[in-house]
Amino acid sequence: MTADVAGLAPELAGAKKGQGDRPLASAGERFTSYDVEAFEVPGGREEIWRFTPMRRLRGLHDGTAAFDGTAVVAVEGAAAETVGRDDPRIGEGGVPADRVAAAAWSAFDTATVLTLDGTPEPVTVTVQGPGEGRCAAAHLQVRTTPHTQATVVVTYSGSGTLADNLEIVLADASQLTLIVTDEWADDAVHVGAQHISVGRDAALRGVAVALGGDLVRNSSTVQYRGPGGDAELLGLGFADAGQHLEQRLLVDHAVPHCRSNVHYKNALQGDGAHTVWIGDVLIRAAAEGTDTFELNRNLVLTPKARADSVPNLEIETGEIAGAGHASATGRFDDEQLFYLQSRGIPEDVARRLVVRGFFGEILSKITLPELRERLEQAVEAELAVTGA
Amino acid sequence: MSTLEIKDLHVSVATEDGPKEILKGVDLTVASGQTHAIMGPNGSGKSTLAYAIAGHPKYEVTSGSITLDGEDVLAMSVDERARAGLFLAMQYPVEVPGVSMANFLRSAATAVRGEAPKLRTWVKEVKTAMADLGIDPSFADRSVNEGFSGGEKKRHEVLQLALLKPKIAVLDETDSGLDVDALRVVSEGVNRYRESGDAGVLLITHYTRILNHIRPDVVHVFAGGRVVESGGPELAEELEKHGYVRFTQAGAPA
Repeated sequence: MTADVAGLAPELAGAKKGQGDRPLASAGERFTSYDVEAFEVPGGREEIWRFTPMRRLRGLHDGTAAFDGTAVVAVEGAAAETVGRDDPRIGEGGVPADRVAAAAWSAFDTATVLTLDGTPEPVTVTVQGPGEGRCAAAHLQVRTTPHTQATVVVTYSGSGTLADNLEIVLADASQLTLIVTDEWADDAVHVGAQHISVGRDAALRGVAVALGGDLVRNSSTVQYRGPGGDAELLGLGFADAGQHLEQRLLVDHAVPHCRSNVHYKNALQGDGAHTVWIGDVLIRAAAEGTDTFELNRNLVLTPKARADSVPNLEIETGEIAGAGHASATGRFDDEQLFYLQSRGIPEDVARRLVVRGFFGEILSKITLPELRERLEQAVEAELAVTGA
Repeated sequence: MSTLEIKDLHVSVATEDGPKEILKGVDLTVASGQTHAIMGPNGSGKSTLAYAIAGHPKYEVTSGSITLDGEDVLAMSVDERARAGLFLAMQYPVEVPGVSMANFLRSAATAVRGEAPKLRTWVKEVKTAMADLGIDPSFADRSVNEGFSGGEKKRHEVLQLALLKPKIAVLDETDSGLDVDALRVVSEGVNRYRESGDAGVLLITHYTRILNHIRPDVVHVFAGGRVVESGGPELAEELEKHGYVRFTQAGAPA
């Protein structure tokens, strides 16, 4: 069914604006809505979809996906609530900005709300895919109370198709370390939206890890509710043969004196391995004193793999502390391999050395030793699986 | 006691117009305890010889043989050659971003020695070797060769030589691009390696000035893809005076 904009509620007026008819002048103009029908069905040429292989989305984007499965969300280390759609807290993190996120928002029955208070031990959340051939929508909100210091690890695993929204709501002066890992089975498709809302003087340390799955696309939006907010977003992805990993970030600086630091690294190995990194940073006119940097590095280990990288910085005020972006995609080439081998280092060890070195600065930021070790091993396993 | 033996070596490199033969029958024997200098004009195939010994995939050996103590080097992979005791100090060492020098050296030493060096002695060993070559300790944390100056790269090649202690080392224009002080430091490093034990050196150079620091036992003149004349150190002196003209004419195809 095609959305009829004229018939929609007043807040949805202008729904079609910015959905592909013309390019958006600014990331700040993008359309958002909780209602899936407010979005046009994307064809694949739209700016926000142009890198995504639409045919592999299993109908998440065009309404043909039947949400016939369930993704079990389990929380360990803290009490979580299961709430209905009408819970007033739902939506505090942000509003969907693409049709799949809105579809997930329209489809979920119950949401998991995890409230972190004080200084809890690390909390683990696992989201289990609905199983092969099944499709599910999920909704999770992680929120802190003022002055809380917490660490949360969210792990996605299993099979099937999942569209979900993950809301991260940081109360004033709270600190949250959030590690999200996509460790799917080979068949899985995951299209996720993260809505991050950072309170006054609050700090988020985020690490996103994408390893498994057939197609994993995560879109994260960071907004600040008051000055002094700080968001560090680190990412690590390893795409192997045929795998599509897409990371889309928008850091929306609309209030003064906030910081953001985005640093994503991807490695690619195998035919048809594809990574996409989109880094939008918007510094609005009011956001004086903003300090931001975004960086993307991609390491292409074998030919016939493709890394797309689009950093984009929009600055509407000159009164900022700093703003920069950088992107580079490099190959692990035959000359490097020859050099390392000429020192006696076998080929597989040479590759491991290069990849370990490449990811080291991201993995070293993971302060949970067991998790870091597990992820290091997972990266090495990726190398072994597709290693020539 | 080790011997690197090269017999009637023919090597081609792929070009747009098909394979082009660069080495046209090289015969050379280097034993441990000896320093051989190979001198020749640009384009004579000196570096090709170095890469062919190390096993660079770009160079195809079409006939002939290379053996190390009777073992068939050509049948070995690049890393196997290094573990067998061959070393190539490269003219243009490769940058490997993301891999620290410290990690690289340890991985190489582990591979060549067959076991990971004990951490305590290893740290001291590396520190001493770096100090010997006037390398600042901060280089250990930097990515392999990344952003190094030409001289710094050459010092690190010799550092690897000192730590990996090969049976036979091939030095490909290690002297090029070095100022006088760096040349002295690098030469001293090579001499220490050569005198430290049962080591052989094949020194490839375009200039005679390094031979003031590293005394060769045998000098070979390389032209047209093969050794055209061999002699003692006096041959280098002749080259110093008269240049390569006599040999390039002799080595030119009829």
